[in-house]
Amino acid sequence: MIGLTHYIVVAAILFVMGVLGIFLNRKNIIVILMAIELILLAVNLNLVAFSAALHDLVGQVFAMFVLTVAAGEAAIGLAILVIYFRGRGTIAVDDVNRMKG
Amino acid sequence: MIQAIAFYIFAVVMIASAALTISSRNPVHSVLWLILAFFNAAGLMVLAGAEFIAMLLVIVYVGAVAVLFLFVVMMLDIDFSELRAGFVRYLPLGLALAVALLAEVIIGVGAWSVGGVNLSKRIAPIAEQTPNIQAIGDLLYTRYLFVFEAAGLVLLVAMIGAIVLTHRKRAGVRPQIISRQVARRPQDATRNVKPAVGQGVEL
Repeated sequence: MIGLTHYIVVAAILFVMGVLGIFLNRKNIIVILMAIELILLAVNLNLVAFSAALHDLVGQVFAMFVLTVAAGEAAIGLAILVIYFRGRGTIAVDDVNRMKG
Repeated sequence: MIQAIAFYIFAVVMIASAALTISSRNPVHSVLWLILAFFNAAGLMVLAGAEFIAMLLVIVYVGAVAVLFLFVVMMLDIDFSELRAGFVRYLPLGLALAVALLAEVIIGVGAWSVGGVNLSKRIAPIAEQTPNIQAIGDLLYTRYLFVFEAAGLVLLVAMIGAIVLTHRKRAGVRPQIISRQVARRPQDATRNVKPAVGQGVEL
């Protein structure tokens, strides 16, 4: 049995990779979406690791719900990306000012 | 022993492929590295004894989400080299932030493992003899039934939203409008005329 601390450190490194990915690819929204998927994967790893360490199944059930929301988010994000590309012809998102927000 | 070796292999490959996901030049390669990262995360979850979540991860992410990403990356004709501008400019700030965040998390984990957590009551204790899938099913369809249905509703809303967002009416095509066909009556479509002998009918 692998210790809980190992899992937490691996998940923390993965989470930081996701945050770094958002910072490094400020223009490319596809890679930003992938970095968000990495962050949610790190959260799932943490939930599963704690579920195994505490001998409680609830963590795995909630990992499934996180997975559901991540799948929906990816679908909606890519749909918005497709209509944005149709309108602008580019996906550079660091200067999005269409809605003047 | 074999578990520790497998854990380290999975963890190292997962972190390396995550790093390549966020740093590779071509987004198609990014998606492929992301798939590798998800496979290795599934391996880590199998090691932790969560077989169902691991298989779900492989099916949902590799089978659906990654294919969706690949589809969008290859469908849109994007100049990716101009999107790479600013990568070097944001590198120091991003790295500083990442190192600070990682140090904080690791310090937090170290401080936590000194004390330890004891749950007074487990909501769903893992029984060794029941299979993982059966145990999750028992829990999901009883205690978390409404949350489960809400998750299904989230997926439904996401599906409808994606269709509504990306569907467009194209000009120049003449689609079949079934409601108009069904509502058509004989008296609207036909006309009874009595032409005089020798004269035609003006249509």
